[in-house]
Amino acid sequence: MQFMLLFSRQGKLRLQKWYVPLSDKEKKKITRELVQTVLARKPKMCSFLEWRDLKIVYKRYASLYFCCAIEDQDNELITLEIIHRYVELLDKYFGSVCELDIIFNFEKAYFILDEFLLGGEAQETSKKNVLKAIEQADLLQEVSHVG
Amino acid sequence: MPAVSKGDGMRGLAVFISDIRNCKSKEAEIKRINKELANIRSKFKGDKALDGYSKKKYVCKLLFIFLLGHDIDFGHMEAVNLLSSNKYTEKQIGYLFISVLVNSNSELIRLINNAIKNDLSSRNPTFMCLALHCIANVGSREMAEAFASEIPRILVAGDTMDSVKQSAALCLLRLYKTSPDLVLMGEWTSRVVHLLNDQHMGVVTAAISLITCLSMKNPDEFKTCVSLAVSRLSRIVSSASTDLQDYTYYFVPAPWLSCKLLRLLQCYPPPEDGAVKGRLVECLETILNKAQEPPKSKKVQHSNAKNAILFEAISLIIHYDSEPNLLVRACNQLGQFLQHRETNLRYLALESMCTLASSEFSHEAVKTHIETVINALKTERDVSVRQRAADLLYAMCDRSNAKQIVAEMLSYLETADYSIREEMVLKVAILAEKYAVDYSWYVDTILNLIRIAGDYVSEEVWYRVIQIVINRDDVQGYAAKTVFEALQAPACHENMVKVGGYILGEFGNLIAGDPRSSPLVQFNLLHSKFHLCSVPTRALLLSAYIKFINLFPETKATIQEVLRCDSQIRNSDVELQQRAVEYLKLSSIASTDVLATVLEEMPPFPERESSILAKLKKKKGPGAVSVTELEDSKREGGELNGGGDRGSDTASTPSPSADLLGIRSAAPIGAAPASAGSLLVDVFSEAGSAFSPFLSLFLLISFHTMAKSLPPCPCIVCVWMAFPSFFFFFSFFVFTSMVPFPICSHPLSCGLSAPPSEDPAPPLSEADELLNKFVCKNNGVLFENQLLQIGIKSEYRQNLGRMYLFFGNKTSVQFASFTTTVSCPGELQSHILLLNVQTKPVEPLVEGGAQIQQVLNIECLTDFSEAPLLNIKFRYGGALQNLTLKLPVTINKFFQPTEMASHDFFQRWKQLSQPQQEAQKIFKANHSMDTEVLKAKLLGLGTALLDNVDPNPENYVCAGVIQTKSQQVGCLLRLEPNAQAQMYRLTLRCSKDSVSKRLCELLAEQF
Repeated sequence: MQFMLLFSRQGKLRLQKWYVPLSDKEKKKITRELVQTVLARKPKMCSFLEWRDLKIVYKRYASLYFCCAIEDQDNELITLEIIHRYVELLDKYFGSVCELDIIFNFEKAYFILDEFLLGGEAQETSKKNVLKAIEQADLLQEVSHVG
Repeated sequence: MPAVSKGDGMRGLAVFISDIRNCKSKEAEIKRINKELANIRSKFKGDKALDGYSKKKYVCKLLFIFLLGHDIDFGHMEAVNLLSSNKYTEKQIGYLFISVLVNSNSELIRLINNAIKNDLSSRNPTFMCLALHCIANVGSREMAEAFASEIPRILVAGDTMDSVKQSAALCLLRLYKTSPDLVLMGEWTSRVVHLLNDQHMGVVTAAISLITCLSMKNPDEFKTCVSLAVSRLSRIVSSASTDLQDYTYYFVPAPWLSCKLLRLLQCYPPPEDGAVKGRLVECLETILNKAQEPPKSKKVQHSNAKNAILFEAISLIIHYDSEPNLLVRACNQLGQFLQHRETNLRYLALESMCTLASSEFSHEAVKTHIETVINALKTERDVSVRQRAADLLYAMCDRSNAKQIVAEMLSYLETADYSIREEMVLKVAILAEKYAVDYSWYVDTILNLIRIAGDYVSEEVWYRVIQIVINRDDVQGYAAKTVFEALQAPACHENMVKVGGYILGEFGNLIAGDPRSSPLVQFNLLHSKFHLCSVPTRALLLSAYIKFINLFPETKATIQEVLRCDSQIRNSDVELQQRAVEYLKLSSIASTDVLATVLEEMPPFPERESSILAKLKKKKGPGAVSVTELEDSKREGGELNGGGDRGSDTASTPSPSADLLGIRSAAPIGAAPASAGSLLVDVFSEAGSAFSPFLSLFLLISFHTMAKSLPPCPCIVCVWMAFPSFFFFFSFFVFTSMVPFPICSHPLSCGLSAPPSEDPAPPLSEADELLNKFVCKNNGVLFENQLLQIGIKSEYRQNLGRMYLFFGNKTSVQFASFTTTVSCPGELQSHILLLNVQTKPVEPLVEGGAQIQQVLNIECLTDFSEAPLLNIKFRYGGALQNLTLKLPVTINKFFQPTEMASHDFFQRWKQLSQPQQEAQKIFKANHSMDTEVLKAKLLGLGTALLDNVDPNPENYVCAGVIQTKSQQVGCLLRLEPNAQAQMYRLTLRCSKDSVSKRLCELLAEQF
């Protein structure tokens, strides 16, 4: 995977994760272009599209679009389920997640993503294991807080 | 307000985010942000030391501001400080900030790397993971340099926790992708491969991504992974849906791992070991079988995960392309998906079938789905799905179904989305040409294409139809008739007018017998479109008119009248006016014989790759058109061009010039229509670069012939000017090679009659490029055109050099007043001493075919950057040739190689540490990155190539001393290739800054 973007129906970027080195300018350009392209698509359309030399896989959950850019040999359907698993992780962690959770706790959204995907590849696909890692970290903060 | 705040919420952050969200306008938001930035800045600068919590909060706010899209130029140091906090949460925010806002500031990188190093050696798995995540997120070269050797150790160590192993594997993958030269697996290879057997599924999932990437680059070293992958896959595929506990996803066992295993196997050919292969085939069959079983859940996640594995398995089956049974089963499965209610599955099935269509085993099976695919093209609501359908139709097309597919694509074009029309047009044009059995069908198809989607028909497409019509006698009459009919439409596309003008101008006579298409009717039809057309098309039509005068003498008066009217002869467009004037003149002064010769039918075009195929390839990028397809079309294209009745004629057309002299002394140059100018370039020269000698010669002969037979004005320029399209293209040729034509002061000949300047010409635009070819070599051909070849041999010792220049006359005509001058422009005079030692004075006369020699002695006084100039002047025929080149004398020629040991090298490297002594360039490889080639070039440079100096064997280091009269300049060089990125980093350190700079410039062009 080359990057993942989360953005709202209004086109506001909520999370961006880049797995390839790009300049800030290039990142902004890509984001603008993709947000526009994806938002212009109708609900029943297919979740995949060709974009430059990449494949875009996206899915909408409530008010948020999750959008991944993968390479030619990558598997579209499994990427769709990567998105779903990430949504499940957020949901489990925040307890029925909504866009606001991701806005106000953006750092957590990044931490969860890092436990799940690293360098653009699935690191740990077990929901239990990912949440365990995050909870352990949260526990560490509590401890250090007390201490 | 925040809906939820887990862990330790940072209240200040939440308030700030709320504020931003409440901003009513962009301006208000910016104002609020600036206020916050000022606040944070003052906090960071303040005297009071901030506690960890505040620091964390402010860094987090900065991060939030950055993620909103604003620039952040401070706070990095505070973030780095957080890294060494022993509170996990502060460390975590520090790492997040660094991961998102990497800064190549070298000071910081050192500090960051230090913190990472501490965390990696902390033996605290959570800290280790954080550090590894940071390396994987940043992935910079500096980090690779610092950690690439450490991470494999962590990955395979027996006591490493599983979660750390997972992070280490993917961290290493990221470093390998950015700096493959720094990640050396060597001794670790086998232990990494064996991670495929790890008990922990998460470890396998992470490790396999790394193994796949490494296998692609070093398949041999990793090939033991094949049997391990097969047995792992087999265990997963045969497991019950509950066996794998949390790795089962919606009743599908380990879908991610399964896909990755199947992907890994695609890096290798089918297993040679019969047992392994049998097991794998069994797995693939099981996966195909499962697709037929009723779903275990109605959830889309279940079917997606299951089908993800199925598609990956099909990719593997297609990759092997050796199991007809599996291929056909795959094809049937995809066939079912073609009609699935899920759009995603239909899309993927169309995409996957495209690759199946190219396998000989499944091509026929794919073809059975033609109706479904055509239906998809017509009824799919999503343009990206229709695009896939069009791609598949293109891929499954062959002789048996070409007519149907082309017809369907044509009818789809009428309503196709604008975004895909041009590509569709190209595809139709290619299929029509490739599978044309009778050419009337081909002509019909292309004309239909122009009718339906004229705006999207690129030049290549209509050029091609003309090429084919001209090369095939049997279709010319039909083409003339059809295009004549097409032009009857009240509104027809301009491209149709172009094709019509060209074809009627060439072959209108073939339909002139029918009174409904008599010459005058044809002319009036064309001329009725004239006023609606753009300038290039009008220019083409004017050329068609002059061709008409030759084809049908009875139209002469009418056409002359048209040409004579003010709107033509006084047209404000120079090109149109010129054509009108000259065609009018030509038609009134030339005899019928001359006209017939000048305006004869165009000769057949030489065979070449179809220009439209080239265009499609360019559009789709490399790899979009398969090699077989290309070769097919070459073969079949050849049939098109060369085949048919004119075969014998074409055979003599390509370049042997001797034949040309004999056969085509009165060669038809034809009043090629305007755009034929570009057409000719397209056809005769590769990519519009050099003119083919064939064409130049061909023109010369024709014009000479004409010059002789045109008594009223024996001026070659006038004749030439009568063919503006040629003139514009070949004036370049005339100016550069100064073909000796008699030049008179006729008013039209303005451009050519100006006397050539006697001053040395400025250096050729390609002079630098020519010079660069000689940086790493001393002998070779420096320059060559139609007239002259200049060869060079040179040798250097210490600060002295000797250069032999050879001037060869390539023509059969004598060069007169031949002089050469070598000069050092500007400051260079004081840097190089050039002595002209003529063994014999350069003869002012150089006979045709002869070669003369000149010797130069060179002394390097001090280092220099510019190159000396070599000017050559001579008369060829009447015209003065004047050209200036750069002599390939570059500073590196005065290198003395210096051998030294690793220790010495690095000591000297450190001594040359002033910033201006170093010159560095990172650039893309322009040539082969082959080791031997690189070595040869570095040796050619004149330095010593030092082995066993650089710790990385991929890198090259060289050392040498440049000898000048005034001083010696020590130089060290390091070249670091990055084969994966196809990039180099070149670093030079010399005792003199100007030398570093110049060498760096010169060398960057060499690799």
